[in-house]
Amino acid sequence: MTTAPAQAGWRFRQPSVIPGFGLTLGFSLAYLTLIILIPLSGLIWRSAALGWADFWALATDRRTLTALEISFGTAFIAAAANVAFGTLVAWVLVRYRFPGRRIVDAMVDLPFALPTAVAGIALTTLYAPTGWLGKLLMPLGIKVAYTPLGIVVALVFIGLPFVVRTVQPIMEEIDKEVEEAAATLGASRFQIITRVLLPGLAPAIVTGFSLAFARGVGEYGSVIFIAGNLPYKSEIAPLLIVIRLEEYNYPAATAIAAIMLGLSFAMLLVINLVQTWSRKRYG
Amino acid sequence: MEVRVVNVRKEFERFPALHDVSLDIRSGELIALLGPSGSGKTTLLRLIAGLERPTKGAVFFGDEDASQKSIQERNVGFVFQHYALFRHMTVADNIGFGLKVRHGAARPPAQEIRRRALELLDLVQLSGLEKRYPAQLSGGQRQRVALARAMAIEPKVLLLDEPFGALDAQVRRELRRWLREIHDRTGHTTVFVTHDQEEALELADRVVVMSQGRIEQVGGADEIYDTPNSPFVYSFIGESSALPVKVENGEVWLADRPIGLPAPHAPSGEAQLYFRPHDVELVDGCSGCIAGTVAASRRVAGTRRVELEVGGERQRVEIELPVDHPAAQKSRVAFRPRRWKLFPTA
Repeated sequence: MTTAPAQAGWRFRQPSVIPGFGLTLGFSLAYLTLIILIPLSGLIWRSAALGWADFWALATDRRTLTALEISFGTAFIAAAANVAFGTLVAWVLVRYRFPGRRIVDAMVDLPFALPTAVAGIALTTLYAPTGWLGKLLMPLGIKVAYTPLGIVVALVFIGLPFVVRTVQPIMEEIDKEVEEAAATLGASRFQIITRVLLPGLAPAIVTGFSLAFARGVGEYGSVIFIAGNLPYKSEIAPLLIVIRLEEYNYPAATAIAAIMLGLSFAMLLVINLVQTWSRKRYG
Repeated sequence: MEVRVVNVRKEFERFPALHDVSLDIRSGELIALLGPSGSGKTTLLRLIAGLERPTKGAVFFGDEDASQKSIQERNVGFVFQHYALFRHMTVADNIGFGLKVRHGAARPPAQEIRRRALELLDLVQLSGLEKRYPAQLSGGQRQRVALARAMAIEPKVLLLDEPFGALDAQVRRELRRWLREIHDRTGHTTVFVTHDQEEALELADRVVVMSQGRIEQVGGADEIYDTPNSPFVYSFIGESSALPVKVENGEVWLADRPIGLPAPHAPSGEAQLYFRPHDVELVDGCSGCIAGTVAASRRVAGTRRVELEVGGERQRVEIELPVDHPAAQKSRVAFRPRRWKLFPTA
């Protein structure tokens, strides 16, 4: 079962014996064009109308930059937190049988289903200085609501299912014998997890991370309630776009959107390349 | 390292998988656990490895009671049917894993680990593949890597769970011979599980035949084949035919006739007569023999297998004849087993 060395140059993979390659490819392209490509190119088109100088001025505006930084920064931190805790949740759900496991399993999906505004309002109520949790954190000097920390909390909530749902199936497939083999070779429980299990899960974890991250960057509904939305402090880029729209400043709105689009696409592309690379190696 | 299994009993949720099993494995021996599925052979192997804990009884490595030790401390090499290699590690890293996870002074320097891995790779005849990942190897190659990985930790005992079960017949035969060579060269005490009797008889110094959570017989290939000590072993190992008979006055009777087999020491009463289909002599006329009507005749490789209906209850037995033997054309054949054994019907 030795794999042939990667062939140089571009070539279509040999289509299978089942016909329909042309039809399915054509349909996929038409569909993607209608649903994704046309709206997005409209966006680029509108912001291109600005001209380079204006675009650059808008893009480097300090309020825009801060908003982008907050959006991407909080999304990154939230996705990272979700990787840690989402993997843990998946581990518990896969490895242990306890009463109520099914219920916990179902609860993981709630952030998918809940209107994001509801999530935002609920979290704000909890973490506001007068809320149940905010009251307890206040004496410790930790302010959650109306700060970037609040944004992170909201994004962790929104992103959790992405990590759990991508890691869980891969974790279920882990061969028990691989762990047993490691144990007979003298690896401790901790070494088995860090050296054998987690590296095997890495591609799934990276996928979960990128999904949670992408979702976090674009999240609007839940964040605006908890963020406080102070310019230069806790204003996220999607909100800034809405503000510009309300000012009838369409060029500025599309410019910010185009930048977000470019950045997100670049990051997702990198993550995808990392995955392709790891899949090639581990098969 | 000598391994002793002493009065081990294992239950899975109250369902017994092993009943009071005892077994002495000599140092440097290559021993096979042979039995049908559900006979407890894999459970016994896993108990020796420490992957299961006995409900009762103990396992000794030398004079040490290993049942008190964790899997990690037992220092056994275990090879799984489906290889269980680490997918994200190269072949060399897989082999070196057991040395790399050691702590402090017990861990050899990285260079030494690498040297050892390459040396073992050479032993399993896979030199040059150290940079490959398991996904880039064939099944047979993967199993060799798994064996090299198990041997890297210099185990006290090497345990193999159906090591060739997932491979095709030709690779299997090749690896079998190769495993024997490796064993002769390294001298590890080795226990392997198989349901393939040919594999067990050909490869092992001694074979442990198991059935329904019990050891039926332990012995060399000749002993197991020539003097099976239970109806199970007789029918499980090799071909066999069985007939219900009666013992009276020191003679074996089929229906109401003596069949010319003296059995002076057998207790009187109902019994089962076992013999090998190829170990019979044909006789003319029938005073003291087994006679039957030919029900079917099949050509099997170099011989002809004839199925006979015997006695009043038309019991079917099989005998083997040379291909060109005239008796195969007849409708009635009389024979007498040359070697046989009686087991009283419980």
